[in-house]
Amino acid sequence: MIRFDYARPTDLAEAVREGSGEQVAYLAGGTNLVDLMKENVARPTRVVDITRLPLADIQETEAGGLRLGALATNTETAYDERVRARYPLLSSAILAGATAQLRNAATNGGNINQRTRCYYFYDVGTPCNKRAPGQGCGALGEVNRIHAILGTSPQCIATHPSDMAVALAALKAEVRVTGAEGDRVIPFSDYHRLPSDEPWRDNTLRPGELVTGIDLPPEEFSTNYSYLKLRDRLSYAFALVSVAVAMRLEENRIAEVRIALGGVAHKPWRREEAEDILLGVSPDREAFGRAAEVLLDGAKGQGANDFKIPMARKAIVRALEQAAAGTPQSQTDKRIA
Amino acid sequence: MPDTRHEPIRVGIGTPLDRVDGPDKVTGQAHYAAEYAVPNMLYGVIVSGRIARGRITGIDETAARAVPGVVEVLTHRNRPSTPWLDRNYKDELNIPGDPFRALESEHILFSGQPVALVLAETFEAARFAASLVDVSYEAAAHNIDFEASLAERFLPSKKRNSYHPPKNHGDADAAFAAAELKHEARYHLATEHHNPMEMHATTVDWHGDGTLTVYDKNQGSQGVQSYLCNIFGFSKKELRVVNAFVGGAFGSGLRPQYQVYLAVMAAKHTQRSVRVVMTRQQMFTHAHRPEADYTIRLGAEATGKLTSIDGDATTSTSRFENNMEDIVIWGMINYASPNMKGEYCVAPRDTYTSADMRAPGAATGMTLFEIAMDELAYKAKVDPLDFRLLNYSDIDAMYRTPFTSKALREAYRDGAAAFGWDSRSPEPRSMKEGRELIGWGMATGLWTAEFVKTSAKAKLTADGRLEITSATSDIGTGTGTVLVLVAADTLGLPPDRISVRIGDSDLPHSPVQGGSRAAASGGAAVQLACEAVGKRLLKAAEKVDGQPLHAARSIEDVIFADGRMILKSDPSKAVSCADAMQAAGLEVIEEEQTAQPGLADRISQMTRSRNVHSAVFAEVRVDEELGQIRVTRIVNAVAAGRIINPKTARSQILGGVVMGMGMALHEETLGDNRLGRWMNHNLAEYHIPVNADVHDIQVIFVDEPDPDVTPLGVKGVGEIGIVSTAAAIANAIFHATGQRHRSLPITIDKLIGT
Repeated sequence: MIRFDYARPTDLAEAVREGSGEQVAYLAGGTNLVDLMKENVARPTRVVDITRLPLADIQETEAGGLRLGALATNTETAYDERVRARYPLLSSAILAGATAQLRNAATNGGNINQRTRCYYFYDVGTPCNKRAPGQGCGALGEVNRIHAILGTSPQCIATHPSDMAVALAALKAEVRVTGAEGDRVIPFSDYHRLPSDEPWRDNTLRPGELVTGIDLPPEEFSTNYSYLKLRDRLSYAFALVSVAVAMRLEENRIAEVRIALGGVAHKPWRREEAEDILLGVSPDREAFGRAAEVLLDGAKGQGANDFKIPMARKAIVRALEQAAAGTPQSQTDKRIA
Repeated sequence: MPDTRHEPIRVGIGTPLDRVDGPDKVTGQAHYAAEYAVPNMLYGVIVSGRIARGRITGIDETAARAVPGVVEVLTHRNRPSTPWLDRNYKDELNIPGDPFRALESEHILFSGQPVALVLAETFEAARFAASLVDVSYEAAAHNIDFEASLAERFLPSKKRNSYHPPKNHGDADAAFAAAELKHEARYHLATEHHNPMEMHATTVDWHGDGTLTVYDKNQGSQGVQSYLCNIFGFSKKELRVVNAFVGGAFGSGLRPQYQVYLAVMAAKHTQRSVRVVMTRQQMFTHAHRPEADYTIRLGAEATGKLTSIDGDATTSTSRFENNMEDIVIWGMINYASPNMKGEYCVAPRDTYTSADMRAPGAATGMTLFEIAMDELAYKAKVDPLDFRLLNYSDIDAMYRTPFTSKALREAYRDGAAAFGWDSRSPEPRSMKEGRELIGWGMATGLWTAEFVKTSAKAKLTADGRLEITSATSDIGTGTGTVLVLVAADTLGLPPDRISVRIGDSDLPHSPVQGGSRAAASGGAAVQLACEAVGKRLLKAAEKVDGQPLHAARSIEDVIFADGRMILKSDPSKAVSCADAMQAAGLEVIEEEQTAQPGLADRISQMTRSRNVHSAVFAEVRVDEELGQIRVTRIVNAVAAGRIINPKTARSQILGGVVMGMGMALHEETLGDNRLGRWMNHNLAEYHIPVNADVHDIQVIFVDEPDPDVTPLGVKGVGEIGIVSTAAAIANAIFHATGQRHRSLPITIDKLIGT
């Protein structure tokens, strides 16, 4: 950990002012940033503690959806009665992640801004283009069983580790941000980015911008949904592959469906072509398999993570089955339905 | 019939007793090595090296030294001089080779090797400055890949003291060639790191008068004391080592780790108190369970009766020491076969030396052997339990000596009954519920029962309080609680009148805690010390008016109960211990005794085998399509002689079983061979079971009276819980799915297929 200045603004305008400049980090729950600072991976010279900002509410939006405050904790969000009733997919995905203790501290804004869990990113004694541009990617050809199979670049094969973000992608949430140049709303699919040749950029936030909230659109998917997470142990492990499915059935035909994958790419992975081929189809395993093939088109293993391709295919099919049957995966009973 | 319902319950050996230090532990009163408050202390932060092999070409300390509060940066260039000869660095385990010396020279032997120690007035300054130490290297070719290292495997000419070479019988090759049933396969266990919850840490209290107290995380205070004295030139009067509480170790604290060496070096150099705590990442730069390769060939008659056992194993070590394990002997000891042979080698790689980790050798060798036995049972079309009974050996089949006791048949019987094994459907893939395939598997566990020279002191004061002291350690096993029970049993005192102090090199001699021998050895010493106190009490009772106990010739003639000595032949005659002491004018009775194997024991050790046995049964439920495994039931039936404290003994088995689940499904240190470095060096990515992975575990201790194995009839339970648990799970996975996995851990990717 290096020396840093510390500010704790109480209003948003002040926070944005404090947050401008180089090597600044916003601190909320701190469950990821503080670890990264201790390991010398994150080296901010100024830390702006935003925990006193009034961003912890969960409110109705005019459009009929919900606005999740950036500082509402993951626990508050997952157990919010409105979230549970209307967006159980989101609640389920949050509860699939981390531990109760971490979820109590972690915030919604922090969750979507958490960094990758790539071993090389975390170890300053090894090369990593995301941490230190130009060093090369240590994971390419070496220890990469947790790495990406889709959307990788020769510079970086890291994944985004959030469970919550996978559900937000399926729900077509929007991220509200503010900065020196004013407020913006970013569609969730545009919020995270692929590594391309700038792997140090996880998302499309501009320097100094701050997430203030996440808007959930009115569409709820509270009947046919599932969040299925496959991992190395039954809790407290990042997804090797996870699948969020939001589905609407009309007369036993799929009227609408979104499928988002976690653990396989630098961002939650969606492909509308895969969803489109299911429209108007009555749910069956074969159709789900075809959607999985389209969604995984172009997937490429890195050696130690080749298994993720068949794992993702099977998980997509199962999650679609669970959603269609109205029997979503439970996050407390670890048996997979 | 006398009414016994209202008689006080005598607390002693066999009584389940809560940990005597439990309240201290849960209220923060128990201090661990990094928690001692020492005034005016320096904080040391270790800088870990980046390359696996080569040398340091330069160290730029300028920026680090410029940080306010930094007092010193120790490197190989400015460290104080230390002895030349390896023998000064030998620890209690005496591993053949050149013991690692931190900051010794510019040579790099493994990735993560300490290359500097930054000392500062605050931890924050030290940690910041450590990040600024700029080290440059010249790398040499390295290898940490075990498979590649097998090309260099060899049998060291100088063996580790604890190594037991296999004893061959008959002609295993010919018998295998002629066998009606054959099984041959190669098995593998991944590298594992111990990862006790408490990181290795040292606080040196430099008293300023030439003496120092070293609070250190280790498994033996006196071994670390000798090590430090030999290197740094202190006498044992000057340097005291305290390990009063240890937050787990599993073997990583059997040898002094480099932080204690660095902390004492720094204290001596700066003449100040120093604390050095490893990071979790640094916990992956020293002790680890060796990776193992084990080829097993089994030959049998058509009935399944073994005719040949042949094992050939290799485990990993470093390039500077030859750590050896007993891998191939366990199956040879356990199963009757006229022909058997074993071979064993080590393979060097550019890592720190591998080390003992819970049930070293057996956790690897017996576990993998029990998977092979399961495979042959299927080939023979014999139920896996019947198959083991068919090949049961009443004697040690390798040494051809009788056991002091072996209640393994009873463990099989009781374990199978508790599990419901007889309702098992024999065919793989024949049991299913919903989408989950159900599998039942079993395996046999084996470990040794040892007893080593240990001393203890018992001090009884006139107020009826007894203090027990011994240098022995408690690495989480409940040693102190066990010693209290032995003392309570011997002198008939309630446990709340007995206090215990352990984990201090000033206390009566005890070896390093390991190998499941602390309860047997420390318990024997406490019993002797308490008996000596008892003899003096009986003598003191002669001064009591009327000499009510004059008929007692020795303590054999009295019962110690409720703080009194009661004449066995006439229970109406009794003297309270307090009255006896008062009559004799004694304020204190203090006795130190040493328990050690006598000549007869040593002869007996050569002519009789001493082992603890277990039968492990496992149920798994597998979602085959998605590769998800749930271990829903484990029954572990253990034959471990006399159980002193059923409560802490059960906890030992539970912990061993959970660790065995980790061995089966989770634990694996992943190495980057290009960098020569372990990569998943944190507890988020080095997986051990969490609560969600742990379901129903039932522990059974079968009755196994054995007055000969050790003085108390105790065999020890620290290791047996892990042995073969992973085999029972792997065998259950085969039964569930028909998939045979021979490389542990069986991670989700191995099951899911393509």
